[in-house]
Amino acid sequence: MWEYTDKVKEHFLNPRNAGKIEDADGIGEVGSLACGDALTLYIKVDDDNIITDAKFQTFGCASAIASSSALTEMLIGKPVEEAEKLTNKDIAEYLGGLPREKMHCSVMGQEALEQAIKNMRGEAGTKAEHSHEGELICECFGVFDEEILQAIKANDLKSVEDITNFTKAGGGCGKCHEDLERLLAEAQGEAAACATPSATPAYPAEGMTNIQRMHLIESVIDDDIRPALQADGGDIRLMDIDKTSVTVQFMGMCSGCPSSKATLNNLVQGKLREKVDPAITVTEG
Amino acid sequence: MKTIYLDNNATTQVDPAVFEAIKPYFTELYGNPSSMHRFGGQVGVTIKEARSSVAKLLNCDSDEIIFTSCGSESDNTAIRSALNSRPDKRHIITTAVEHPAVLSFCKFLEKKENYEVTYLGTDERGRLDLDEYRKAISPDTAIVSVMWANNETGNIHPIEEMAQIARDNGVIFHTDAVQAVGKVSIDLKSSAVDMLSLSGHKLHAPKGVGALYVRKGLMFRPLLIGGHQERSRRAGTENTTGIIALGKACELAAKNMETENTVVSRLRDKLEAGLLAAIPDSKVNGDPENRLPNTTNISFGYVEGEAILLMMDQLGIAASSGSACTSGSLEPSHVLKAMSVPFTFAHGSIRFSLSRFNTEEEIDFVIENLPPIIENLRKMSPFSAEKEGLACTGPGSMQ
Ligand code: FES
Repeated sequence: MWEYTDKVKEHFLNPRNAGKIEDADGIGEVGSLACGDALTLYIKVDDDNIITDAKFQTFGCASAIASSSALTEMLIGKPVEEAEKLTNKDIAEYLGGLPREKMHCSVMGQEALEQAIKNMRGEAGTKAEHSHEGELICECFGVFDEEILQAIKANDLKSVEDITNFTKAGGGCGKCHEDLERLLAEAQGEAAACATPSATPAYPAEGMTNIQRMHLIESVIDDDIRPALQADGGDIRLMDIDKTSVTVQFMGMCSGCPSSKATLNNLVQGKLREKVDPAITVTEG
Repeated sequence: MKTIYLDNNATTQVDPAVFEAIKPYFTELYGNPSSMHRFGGQVGVTIKEARSSVAKLLNCDSDEIIFTSCGSESDNTAIRSALNSRPDKRHIITTAVEHPAVLSFCKFLEKKENYEVTYLGTDERGRLDLDEYRKAISPDTAIVSVMWANNETGNIHPIEEMAQIARDNGVIFHTDAVQAVGKVSIDLKSSAVDMLSLSGHKLHAPKGVGALYVRKGLMFRPLLIGGHQERSRRAGTENTTGIIALGKACELAAKNMETENTVVSRLRDKLEAGLLAAIPDSKVNGDPENRLPNTTNISFGYVEGEAILLMMDQLGIAASSGSACTSGSLEPSHVLKAMSVPFTFAHGSIRFSLSRFNTEEEIDFVIENLPPIIENLRKMSPFSAEKEGLACTGPGSMQ
């Protein structure tokens, strides 16, 4: 048996706002009998755009019923603009969490809400078809790649199992698992590709020529490291730079100091890694 | 709250007489049956008696019984032994409706060890097609493993006939009889079954003990290798209390078989008829003509199994569901799927499995209290309006 929070159990056993609103302003229908869960959400909105009533009809397991009940409770009294921002995570949080395998129940709530609001605005019919954008990935549950990619991004999904928990794709015969892996890689690739063109380089010396990099190392030694050593009666001299290997020599009080190794690692190498390149290694010449 | 336990295909209550029989073996008689001294030796004698009780129930010889830790171990041992004793053969025949102890193991062998596996399908009642079976057997077939009775629907398969066909083709035949032992009469002396698995906790012994029947003369390769227990066919110190319990449980099962087939099956039929009459759009899954006396699998259209189970749980009624949501997967039971039960019905299927400890009052309580649960859930469902009256229009109609 699943581990449900008391709140999930409470909403399942005593669902709030179950039923239909005959003159609803917006209706959102998602899911199907074949998929094992389905939800129809009804909303009533007043002239000030406040949701005055919300009701649901759900076919599904305990968490599907609890998610629907929770959603209606969250909606009543909210301005539409605010309601629009509700996500599946909010529904799950309201219930004190859902087993990860049941997250798709909360996703169903969010989808029904989106659909009901669209329907209220006259932008769509009542029934949310699967996005049907792109390629059909999971035949067992009729899930298309657009929907999967969206779920990966919105919920920061990391594995095929996650995708199944949130979209049901992959929960049947398993034939689509390879495609799900591919979509995960694609989404992660996109995230990496998005990060690269950012204005700030990943580390200061990135993209510099060798000469520029050497100058940067010299200036970090002069400006950030030497003053600290001199304050203690010591000094440092740059001896060689070979790509990311830097050789230095300690002088004054620092030469032969028992803690020179720590100074080398923490201060010298630390500063150079921070201000030049995280790959730098510093040795004493 | 009193529990009404209708999930006996999952596990059973330990019979009080079984419990009484094993008590001294925890406290006073704790010797190791392999020891040379009398203190251990006397336990060895009791184990011998237990072995003989198991053999009696199956009508085979005592030395054809190997004690194991559970049904899964018996199943794995049987299949592995057959494959190891016929290393030149690479084909296995089983069914799509087996318990995971066989099904998952066959899938593993297929994937990781390149065995070829034929999974026999079923019709919509869960019946196997013997022609398909005959055609599947080839000179490369090492073993056929088919369950005697299905755990979800209670369907009884034509094991005697299938075993004979295997024998005629020189193929080893194993049956997972975990659900059948103690409920239907089994006579291994007059059958062509080569290996048979059973599990203690399905027949009122505790969990953690099982047995494997291996026909005399059949080449056997042990799974557990170590000490000389079980005549070197299964190493490991005996689960003495479990084994003694299993012996006692088999003795009682032989005595109670009559009750299983009359009293228990009457209660089951009453439950089934009562629910079908009170709940529109419900139907029995499986083959009512050929099934275990204690099991019924009923689908309630347009409701989801987990929701039903949890609502029943509130009233102290314990049963099982073939719904996806209870299993951790998202698809309904592989058994109902193999039988092509429409999704509409598969999602809302409940398995009731009774035992001789159930009473008439319990059944009356369920017949009275389950219909309102289904009605409430249906009222909440978006499909209820379209299905006014909820008349069942037959399989496949509402997918
Ligand atoms: S195709 Fe996706 S699980 Fe079957």
